[in-house]
Amino acid sequence: MSSTLDVVLTASFWAATLRICAPLLFGTLGELICERAGVLNLGIEGIMTAGALSGWLTVYYGADLWTGVCVAALVGAIFGLLHGFLTVPLGLSQHVTGIGISLLGASLSYFSFRLLIASTATPTIKPFSAVRVPLLADIPLVGPVLFEQSPLVYLAFSLAIAVSYILYRTPLGLAVRMVGENAMAADAQGVSVVGIRMAAVVVGSAIMAIGGAFLTLSAFNAFFVNLVNGRGWICIALVVFSSWKPARAIVASLFFASLEALQIRLQQGSGGLPYQFFLMLPYLLSIVALIAVARRVSGPQSLMVPFRRGER
Amino acid sequence: MRVERRDFSPLAVRLAAPGVAVLASLLICSSLIKAAGAPVLWAYWTMLVGAVGSLNSVSETLTRATPLIFTGLSVAVAFRARIWNIGAEGQLYAGALATVLVAEEGGRIAAVVPHWALPIVAAGAAFALGAALLLGPVVLKVKLGVDEVVTTLLSNFVMLLFVSYLLDGPFKDPMSMGWPQTPPVDATVSLRHLLGGTARLHAGFLFALLGAALLWLFNVRSVWGYEMRAVGLSLNGARFAGMPVTSVLLRVAVLSGGIAGIAGFNEIAGVKGYLTLDMSPGFGYSGIVVAMLAQLHPVGVVISAVFVAAIFVGADAMSRAVAVPNYIADVIVSVSLLTMLVAMMLTRYMIRHE
Repeated sequence: MSSTLDVVLTASFWAATLRICAPLLFGTLGELICERAGVLNLGIEGIMTAGALSGWLTVYYGADLWTGVCVAALVGAIFGLLHGFLTVPLGLSQHVTGIGISLLGASLSYFSFRLLIASTATPTIKPFSAVRVPLLADIPLVGPVLFEQSPLVYLAFSLAIAVSYILYRTPLGLAVRMVGENAMAADAQGVSVVGIRMAAVVVGSAIMAIGGAFLTLSAFNAFFVNLVNGRGWICIALVVFSSWKPARAIVASLFFASLEALQIRLQQGSGGLPYQFFLMLPYLLSIVALIAVARRVSGPQSLMVPFRRGER
Repeated sequence: MRVERRDFSPLAVRLAAPGVAVLASLLICSSLIKAAGAPVLWAYWTMLVGAVGSLNSVSETLTRATPLIFTGLSVAVAFRARIWNIGAEGQLYAGALATVLVAEEGGRIAAVVPHWALPIVAAGAAFALGAALLLGPVVLKVKLGVDEVVTTLLSNFVMLLFVSYLLDGPFKDPMSMGWPQTPPVDATVSLRHLLGGTARLHAGFLFALLGAALLWLFNVRSVWGYEMRAVGLSLNGARFAGMPVTSVLLRVAVLSGGIAGIAGFNEIAGVKGYLTLDMSPGFGYSGIVVAMLAQLHPVGVVISAVFVAAIFVGADAMSRAVAVPNYIADVIVSVSLLTMLVAMMLTRYMIRHE
């Protein structure tokens, strides 16, 4: 037990936690925006994969890293447009469409990767390096954890604050929440349900895709099959765990990331349990988290209810 | 743009919808084949020949279709009752695990039951373990309102890691030269091959056809099947009509998870002979596509499973003949799913411009 405590007290552990947290936070925020407007987006896993590949390819072909992030967001937005079009104006099943989008995003990425990168050795790019915030990074312990991170980590946390502000403090946010809670009432108030939902899905999907791009542009420097490895699905559980609130999304994803970071370190430390049980931990914990909050929270009331004017 | 419900949709339109959807999907994907620099028609031709051009390739397609029929039926049963079982992949591995366990204990079990019944015992065990894996999430849904989409999805990862652990440790074949796989199962558990030579088609395919037929009869001719459909159409309606909704949902879970478990038995006993971690190239997830293409109809599942299998087998042949990565199969199948959803919607609704 004391060894666990030793691990938790190091700065490198907390720095790793923040690093692991960032893609989860992007994904969770993206999914949260979609769901607050009443659209479940199960395409997340595939959209993150597409974001990871498109961001990486852009940089591999010579553009700079931020262009890569923008291209990833754009590709995510296109997938969001497709998911939104099928589920909002056409009102198709959000579950099944989402799975279709997810399969499409992943398979299209792997297809393009195989097609464009012919060599068997995986080429690499030069990823984002940590940005030291002057002065602040020199604070002992806290400095290296909070102020010596990849710029995308800063972006993830600022985005969470921005989403929280927009959702609760602006008319736009009110419209999003209203459309997600009671689409018919929102429509009666003159809010464009279709417009708001489409916008939410497009923006949300773009943010998810940046989460995917974080993996290839910051966490690793290459793309490979199964890169996203279920992170998208975990984000869907995290949205429920954070009871659809952006501020809690930070706490929830930090909590999960810290367990993941701990898991990696414990795995290296002792030869006790087989490594598979450590890898199972995030999935089992997601399930436990869902059970824990099941009785207490209820999601947006119009989630997964398609809206067709004049039809109940 | 405005979406309006149709007053009626002719049967011919509903039957034509899947065909149109598949054609649209092939048309969309031809742009990818073109991007890969291959002549489109020739590429699709090599795909067709690769899938059904010879007895061996037909056998290969049907062998590949067999687990898809099972997972497709599993998903169709669950979706019809509005249980979103995305966990067929994990349930398939649970079934495979059960089969390996029964084969391991074959000697002791054979002392109790006759020798010819061993495959039945293995299939039963696979059904039970698959059912158990889905029962958990469905109980959580019914009792606590935990969303089953996420829990079944996550159960896939847990199951795969558990199998990975077993293959590294207790179940590892000492003779496998270090590969993580179980020892080959005893021939007494195996399913008979149907064709001579190298063709891999086995009796499991016939059982899959039988299963689809039985399920269809069960759906339209039994009280339990009727209740399952009623619960899917309207949960509150079914409850109001006095149906035991909770136990109906649990029955659906057992049936759906069990059928997916049988898919695992089928792969071990009919094709592979031992358990590895790459036994299923996503049969569980493809099962969702198969079930949706079939409009959740058991007989349709057989047809769409053969179609999806033909795409995968054909794409392998195509990627050998012309340089198109075989991931094209996954793209075609996922685009088919989306075009099918749109086609199905258009049979029930029409789009009006205002």
